[in-house]
Amino acid sequence: MYDFTYQRASSQDEAVSNHKNADDARFLAGGMTLIPVLKQRLDKPSDLIDLGDLEDLKGISKDNGNIVIKAMTNHHTVNYSDLVKKHIPALATLAGTIGDPMVRNRGTIGGSLANNDPAASYPSAVLALNATITTNMNNIEADDFFKGMFETALEEGELIESISFPIPEQAGYQHFPNPASRYPIVGAFVAKTGGGVRVGVTGAGPCAYRQSEFEEAWSDGNLDPERIKDIKISPEGLNSDIHASAEYRAHLVNVMARRAIA
Amino acid sequence: MSYSINMTVNGKEVTGEVEGRTLLVQFLREHLGLTGTHVGCDTSQCGACTVHVNGRAVKSCSLLATHLNGADVLTIEGLADGDKLHPMQEAFREYHALQCGFCTPGMVLSAIGIVDDNPDPSHDEIRHELEGNICRCTGYHNIVLAIEAAAKEMRG
Repeated sequence: MYDFTYQRASSQDEAVSNHKNADDARFLAGGMTLIPVLKQRLDKPSDLIDLGDLEDLKGISKDNGNIVIKAMTNHHTVNYSDLVKKHIPALATLAGTIGDPMVRNRGTIGGSLANNDPAASYPSAVLALNATITTNMNNIEADDFFKGMFETALEEGELIESISFPIPEQAGYQHFPNPASRYPIVGAFVAKTGGGVRVGVTGAGPCAYRQSEFEEAWSDGNLDPERIKDIKISPEGLNSDIHASAEYRAHLVNVMARRAIA
Repeated sequence: MSYSINMTVNGKEVTGEVEGRTLLVQFLREHLGLTGTHVGCDTSQCGACTVHVNGRAVKSCSLLATHLNGADVLTIEGLADGDKLHPMQEAFREYHALQCGFCTPGMVLSAIGIVDDNPDPSHDEIRHELEGNICRCTGYHNIVLAIEAAAKEMRG
């Protein structure tokens, strides 16, 4: 790891202003991706701004028809939250499949979304539930947030504060884990809310996306797995690597979406 | 750049001077001489470096020491009460849940974390929760039995 200047922010304002004043800073949330990246010398920030003390950015609440999860809430907390289990059980289940217990004890929802790993689990839920991401600058709709592989709508120095998930009538998540890393090779989140049926897919493409063919097949709200069984997903543009070809991922998208609501 | 840190490790106050990039596992092993915490893969896959921070199991190879300034840390050296092993250590001994022993410190700390969250875990739950710890000797079977037995003992 290259050395850097370590700064521990005592308030959100301080974190943002220290980030602005540094040459090339990164926010440090749980560090479950950033620290391994730094260890491999894949990044060389001048400063790390540690958000670990910002208690204002931790916690889960219910606000009208939404479950609001603050950015520094870790995966274990989401997995075990009574509020999330009661209102969006699929989201609690999803959180319990991320990494392993030690990763879930440190990794955060805000960190995961800001990083936008192609195989991260949360982005599929954000898209399917049509969540809103609130930052220190903006409210960003789910459909506008994920821009490409490790790319988001966040601007330099923009900090995620919370994610607001509309409570669905029905939702489910399934992924096919890589046997070694446990990351989804493909994961699918299916949700029916007041706004209709949405399907978020992760692991298959450069970043999470919505599978419109499935959404159309389920547009009347009847989430019958048989309706999508014969829909073939094109492998064009999907990821292909040592673990799974694009054709295999395309096949898994259909299987995971059906299992999500089975 | 150097930073002064202090934390509680196995119930004792410790202080040190570290770089920003010093990992918790380096601080434990190289500064404090607590070499029971192992570095297996160094890529956060294997779990051999697992310790508890503020009561939660974490991978000490993926945390900065500076990040944990003021934290309460428990390592394998802090588990036994004199000659009396922790129930999880005793169960690993009783059920022969190790061969070479390299993964064992991390296994034991992870296992205690599993039982803290779920005092009566099933075999399937234990296996799911052990996903972050790799053992290349045992095939895990006796580890699962040991955790089940220790959970029973810890429930009292």
